[in-house]
Amino acid sequence: MAAISREEVAHLARLSRIEMTDAELDHLASEMDLILESVSRVQGVAGEDIPPTSHAIAMQNVMRPDVVVPSLTPEESLSGAPAREDNRFKVPQILGEE
Amino acid sequence: MSTPIISQTAAQMSAELAAGSVTAVELTNAHLDRIAAVDGDVHAFLHIDREGALAQASAVDASRKAGEKLHPLAGIPLALKDVLAQKGVPTTCGSKMLEGWRPPYDATVVTNLKKAGVVILGKTNMDEFAMGSSTENSAYGPTRNPWDLSRIPGGSGGGSSAALAAFEAPLAIGTDTGGSIRQPAAVTGTVGVKPTYGAVSRYGLVAFSSSLDQAGPCARTVLDTAMLHEVIAGYDPKDSTSINAPVGKMVEAAKKLDIKGMKIGVVKELGGEGYQSGVTTRFNEALEALVSAGAEIVEVSAPSFEYALAAYYLIAPSEASSNLARFDSMRYGIRVGDDGSRSAEAVMNMTREVGFGKEVKRRIILGTYALSSGYYDAYYGSAQKIRTLIKRDYDAAFAKVDVLVSPTCPTTAFKIGEKSNDPVAMYLNDVCTIPVNLAGIGSMSLPCGLAPEDGLPVGFQIMSPAMKDELMYQVGGTLEAALQSSWGKPLYASAPELAVR
Amino acid sequence: MALNYDRALEKYEPTLGLEVHVELNTLSKMFCGCSTDFGAEPNTQTCPVCLGLPGSLPVVNAKAIESSIRIGLALNCSIAPFSRFARKNYFYPDMPKNFQTSQYDEPICINGYLDVTIDTDEGPKVYRVDIERVHMEEDTGKSLHVGGATGRIHGAEHSLLDYNRAGIPLVEIVTRIIPGTDKYAPEVARAYVAELRDILRSLGVSDVKMEQGSLRCDANVSIAPRDSQTLGTRSETKNVNSLRSVERAVRGEIIRQANRLEAGERIIQETRHFQEESGETRSGRSKEQAEDYRYFPEPDLLPIVADPAWVEELRLALPEKPSVHRKKIQEAWGVPDKEMAAMVNAELLTTIEETVALGAEPTKARSWWLGEISRLANEKSVEPTSLIQPSEVAQIIALIASGELTDKLARQVVEGVINGEGDPRMVIQKRGLKVVSDDSALMVAIEAAIASQPETAERIRGGNIPAAGALIGAVMKATGGQADAAKVRELLLKHLGQG
Repeated sequence: MAAISREEVAHLARLSRIEMTDAELDHLASEMDLILESVSRVQGVAGEDIPPTSHAIAMQNVMRPDVVVPSLTPEESLSGAPAREDNRFKVPQILGEE
Repeated sequence: MSTPIISQTAAQMSAELAAGSVTAVELTNAHLDRIAAVDGDVHAFLHIDREGALAQASAVDASRKAGEKLHPLAGIPLALKDVLAQKGVPTTCGSKMLEGWRPPYDATVVTNLKKAGVVILGKTNMDEFAMGSSTENSAYGPTRNPWDLSRIPGGSGGGSSAALAAFEAPLAIGTDTGGSIRQPAAVTGTVGVKPTYGAVSRYGLVAFSSSLDQAGPCARTVLDTAMLHEVIAGYDPKDSTSINAPVGKMVEAAKKLDIKGMKIGVVKELGGEGYQSGVTTRFNEALEALVSAGAEIVEVSAPSFEYALAAYYLIAPSEASSNLARFDSMRYGIRVGDDGSRSAEAVMNMTREVGFGKEVKRRIILGTYALSSGYYDAYYGSAQKIRTLIKRDYDAAFAKVDVLVSPTCPTTAFKIGEKSNDPVAMYLNDVCTIPVNLAGIGSMSLPCGLAPEDGLPVGFQIMSPAMKDELMYQVGGTLEAALQSSWGKPLYASAPELAVR
Repeated sequence: MALNYDRALEKYEPTLGLEVHVELNTLSKMFCGCSTDFGAEPNTQTCPVCLGLPGSLPVVNAKAIESSIRIGLALNCSIAPFSRFARKNYFYPDMPKNFQTSQYDEPICINGYLDVTIDTDEGPKVYRVDIERVHMEEDTGKSLHVGGATGRIHGAEHSLLDYNRAGIPLVEIVTRIIPGTDKYAPEVARAYVAELRDILRSLGVSDVKMEQGSLRCDANVSIAPRDSQTLGTRSETKNVNSLRSVERAVRGEIIRQANRLEAGERIIQETRHFQEESGETRSGRSKEQAEDYRYFPEPDLLPIVADPAWVEELRLALPEKPSVHRKKIQEAWGVPDKEMAAMVNAELLTTIEETVALGAEPTKARSWWLGEISRLANEKSVEPTSLIQPSEVAQIIALIASGELTDKLARQVVEGVINGEGDPRMVIQKRGLKVVSDDSALMVAIEAAIASQPETAERIRGGNIPAAGALIGAVMKATGGQADAAKVRELLLKHLGQG
């Protein structure tokens, strides 16, 4: 049985904002099947009592003092902008909420 | 015939600079010439910063002339992996997505290099966003292994390792998320170190998998690697995960050449069946050399390592799916499809379709899946628990031994194109290197000979406990000296001559 | 026929939940050293971190952590012994990393409450609002929609982004469902936000300016038929940027939902936007397909393990609670419960305190703010404090006390200040509003009044004192209201042998 359907892959592509052709979706769905099959080995290995590790080197409470440091100049900030207008990043129309 | 300057070690170059027998500008020009001569074939570099390199070199020369106290690596050329931000210099991460992007800031590693007077020659090729083991996933074409141009130089940092092996630079910076420093070092007969997680600042390192990524030093010798390690390591308040402790004495450790009484553990799970015979042969010879040097070899078992690869291929893509979300064409990078009528969302979709390569998309989709509600516990959550088990395996092993060793990779360099259509087979390259990243410990790959069957370099991996990176330098330095004395010359000196254009 | 609020409440019971976002007033941003000053030129307060440039990394602002813990303590929360940031993944152009660094299942403060008092038909009543969590996150950038007719997002041709606000520390305070508010849901919502605002202000952790967006409220409202055992589908109303709007938004949403159900339609789980002009809400993004935010622990940041001794230190240093403070004020001013409640409900206690602090008598300050000024504010549908400053009111009260203004003239001064004619002194000068206190000038007017109404004058002479009103009125009219009525009365009665 396929671990992941083509529709699921299409949904994931939408979630990750990547346009994909039908052919790409087909190909990726079959690849994902293989990959998922091999990575599924992680399941059920560690018991309930095993805590997850998110940071290999355990540290805590790393903070910086509330001090203002100089920002980039707008020229630097906008230096990579594909489009700009009046020191603002110019982007295509945003659909959705205000 | 005296050794041409570019074939020397960084330590030797440093001595020549100090003696005044060569200037930093001459040294830089010699490397720029070498790059011009061979990089057409090797393709280690994506960008050469001739102007910046020569400016830095002349500044070093001027300081030296003025009698200023200089860092030993001042004036020594270096190849920088294109995943580190360098102000004003193109930084692409091997991706089309960032074509033309020039960061307005320096990575902390770059700041440290500049402070030491190291001359940054340019940016090296890599698998796109460091995802790969062959540098075939670069949007700008593959890098070729100087030992055999039909083969891969490893990855993701194949550009950096190839630059070293091709004598285009004596020093290089790599980054290692699952082996991207060590595996390229292994297949190109060079040395590469992944320091303890947090030892080198990640600020300015374009993130692939934040909890695994670590920048590290690469060179042709253990000592050169140690010297570079000390330049780039150290606490950085800009990286929350940076370790706030003094940097250990790596150079001193590399020069010790004494491992008498040390206990060295061979990881049972990282070797044996499935490993190329020449890899096993050379690995075992290296073990003998260590015994001759006075170390005790112990076999240790790390039962959870068999799940490391699977855990890695969940954790890294998950973090990557989030880290790479920012590449959306709004603020930097390429923008595709903005014809004035399409929405921002549509333009994002098109840009990401065009800007990312296949492997990157594959991992984003995999990571997005592993983090999805309903699958999180089964995939990402389970993988994080495996991480705990792997850490415990290391803790248990390091309670018995000083360092652990294994082959760096199961095979020598494979042919370009050989595995590019089989992602699962490709992922198997990283089986020995990945447990280290999951546990955050330090690890080195150094050459231990050429596989008899194909004449290609074999890598030897040394793993040391977290924040005890000196130990791998101590063992590595000793092993390197022992092997070189048995070979009569360094391994890199056996590399075939490249055609000069 | 459409249901009004009362009819809607007869049939349906509302359920309320509130999420308040507070911008902390730290000097620098949540994860980088950029300034948080309001109103700077676009993209002048940005750096690799808050622009989400590749390679940049966040580092937590210690002050933001401290402020969040203090907020939690003031709201009677437990401070989590272990707290973490997570990434909330979704794409939006105003969010530089396309994930928001926020807290998910491990917030810094949990399980608190806040008591609020509102006026009910049965007198003042206390509602306990349970607080589920207080968590930290970062603000987004601001977009400007260009082109199209309305300047709104719909129909815009493109958008312009300013990331100065991106990364400013936010604290989100989330209530549990507030049960049993019944028809007082709008009042409870308002009183909660007001009380919360007062607490935040007393802590000094935020500017709490709703108009500037440093305090923002999302109201979750659902209704269910009175006999129903289950809760209805909720809507989440955003853009509620004044206390008055909080109340109106909840009320409006109850009416809207009731009318939908009456019409046989169902309530959609969605985000709605409050429309200041109409008091109604407008549909935003549908949340029918639940967003999958793919939360996971932020690998670039480390856990926060608050030292219990430090937390205790912060607890001991908390300022007096606004409710305690109010009791003290009430005693000092000798105000009855009902009037105290009136001041609190009108959101004017702090303002009146400020006015009193500037020398005004409490009774007078109260009557000006709750009376004339509130009336004018109501006419204009704005908050009284947006019309006139406490210092100006105090000045006017002082002028009355010194006899330079009459109450009637003072009302004109207030009107002038509100119309932007300047401070009270300037209004008095421009409008020529001076009390006519010259006795001889007044006598002329009094005699003229007597001459025009001889019969009335006779009645007064005969001892009919109340009849004096007509003549006083005539004098006031003749002097354009600029005479002191008491003085006129005194002179008139004396002149007619009754003084």
